[in-house]
Amino acid sequence: MSEIISGFFQAIDLIVNLDPEVMQIATLSLLISLAATIIAAVISIPLGGLIHFYEFRGKRVLIVLIQTLYSVPTVVVGLLLYLFLSRSGPLGYFGLLFTPEGMILGQAILIIPIITGLVIAALGGVDRNISDTLISLGATGFQTIIQIVREARLAILSAVVLGFGRAISEVGVAMMIGGNIRDATRVLTTAIALQTGIGDFPFSIALGIILLIIALIVVIVLNLITAGLSVEAQQALGGPRT
Amino acid sequence: MIKIAGLSRRAGSKTILESVDLEIHPGEIFSFIGPSGSGKTTLLRLIDLLDMPTTGTILFDGIDTAASKAVRLSIRRRMGMVFQKPAVLNTTVSGNVAFGLKFRKAEKSEIESRVHEALDIVGLLHLADQKAVTLSGGEMQRVAIARALITRPEVLLLDEPTANLDPVNTELIEKLILAIHKKFHTTIILSTHDMIQGQRLADRMGVIMNGRIVQVGSIHDIFYRPEGRDIARFVGIDTILKGVVESNDGGHARISVNNTFLEVITPCKPGTRVALFIRPEEITIAIRDGDLPKTSVRNQIQGMITKMVPFGPFVRTTIDFGSHLTALVTRRSADELSLKVGMTVIAGIKATAIHVIMDSG
Repeated sequence: MSEIISGFFQAIDLIVNLDPEVMQIATLSLLISLAATIIAAVISIPLGGLIHFYEFRGKRVLIVLIQTLYSVPTVVVGLLLYLFLSRSGPLGYFGLLFTPEGMILGQAILIIPIITGLVIAALGGVDRNISDTLISLGATGFQTIIQIVREARLAILSAVVLGFGRAISEVGVAMMIGGNIRDATRVLTTAIALQTGIGDFPFSIALGIILLIIALIVVIVLNLITAGLSVEAQQALGGPRT
Repeated sequence: MIKIAGLSRRAGSKTILESVDLEIHPGEIFSFIGPSGSGKTTLLRLIDLLDMPTTGTILFDGIDTAASKAVRLSIRRRMGMVFQKPAVLNTTVSGNVAFGLKFRKAEKSEIESRVHEALDIVGLLHLADQKAVTLSGGEMQRVAIARALITRPEVLLLDEPTANLDPVNTELIEKLILAIHKKFHTTIILSTHDMIQGQRLADRMGVIMNGRIVQVGSIHDIFYRPEGRDIARFVGIDTILKGVVESNDGGHARISVNNTFLEVITPCKPGTRVALFIRPEEITIAIRDGDLPKTSVRNQIQGMITKMVPFGPFVRTTIDFGSHLTALVTRRSADELSLKVGMTVIAGIKATAIHVIMDSG
């Protein structure tokens, strides 16, 4: 017990004094996950739009598949990507294994399904009457799509924020593709895993607290966004957040 | 203005509309009337070119609306539609009203002046900068009307414009519709399940039942000369009697209903089986007090009151004379005559108040 308490106080010390290593790891974590989120959003939002606005065979199946991928184990993504990125793999030429770029790629792949799925839900959450109204007001197909996306903007934004939350908190891809190399690919989650393994609890606790703070910020941002959403849209995103 | 021929719409195996033929004249107010689920909304959506008909054609000003997507868009832009449940976009009231012109890429200054004009017409200028989602149902409906109005449509479609509103807002919207018609001479097509509303607003009505237009005509035709039993029930005719024509003297016929004889005006020949429709407000009730008074009322039927149900300021009174008659009596006269269930009374019906059709069933 005393170990936990003393570890906690040492952790606070590390954070308050802006310990360079802690700060470096935290910054790298944020950068990698932000980059992954931006890439994923750039792909997922148009992709979700395409799936929502166009009718095609197997649409339902595709949506179910995407929803299944919400909970794909991060280590499975890590494993597959490892096989592709390793020297002998099909993408080995790019030398992305054990680099931050490789981690960005991995995290982006991890969160594309969740953002895409939630974007589809967000667009579906826009009242059907809205699209009828737009069309009856003389909107072209393109004008209708733009306006509906605009109508769903808050729900889409929360989908992206949720994706970021999953990216920054995952361990599998960061560990297997990043390799937890000090000053290069070591991020919050992998560092916590390693430092706990070697018994450096104050350091782990400090990183854990930072991770929790980031999680808290994500939740606060989500709340601020969803406070502006309709009840229907909140339900589409998995129930109202209170 | 709009010519509809052989129009039908199926969703899967379900037929929602079946062989609709109809012509809407320029500048008229036309009302579709029918029970919920009869296909009114479907028909309005087809006219607004939101959905494609399964079969049939819609000509708008002589142009075939099925020609191409571009034609459909350009014709749709000559119409405005207000939906039963108004949907407002998450922006200000004026932002909502502006959409139609924005989509048509109008000049900013023109949009501003037209938004102002449209909001002025619906009486919502003071709410121009408010978030539209915060409005009440009646206000939202007025925003929806302003939004449809801003493009100066040649045809305005209104789907049950007052279905979700209280009486005060209903009256407001009805006045608004009439004011718009007067000001812009817009052709207005609306749907309602409230026949009295149809009567207040429309020049002509089309009765829709089970996906078919069963009767088109003036309000008088539909109220007093319904072409079928279901229409009669729907327009508030409670008394439908079956009978056989006994004799006919130049249009003045005697009809036997359960051995009671009624005098009516009909060309039907003796021996014809007929159905008689009588509106409840056309039946008067008297009590026997010595000799019957001499009146122009040809039919005096004696019967017993079997049911009295309050109906606003009226009492719906059912009289059994072998068959049933339902009369609408004011509460005051019911009290003066001290009408009660079990009393024997005389129901008076003018020959001209009985509408006769050949009975098919």
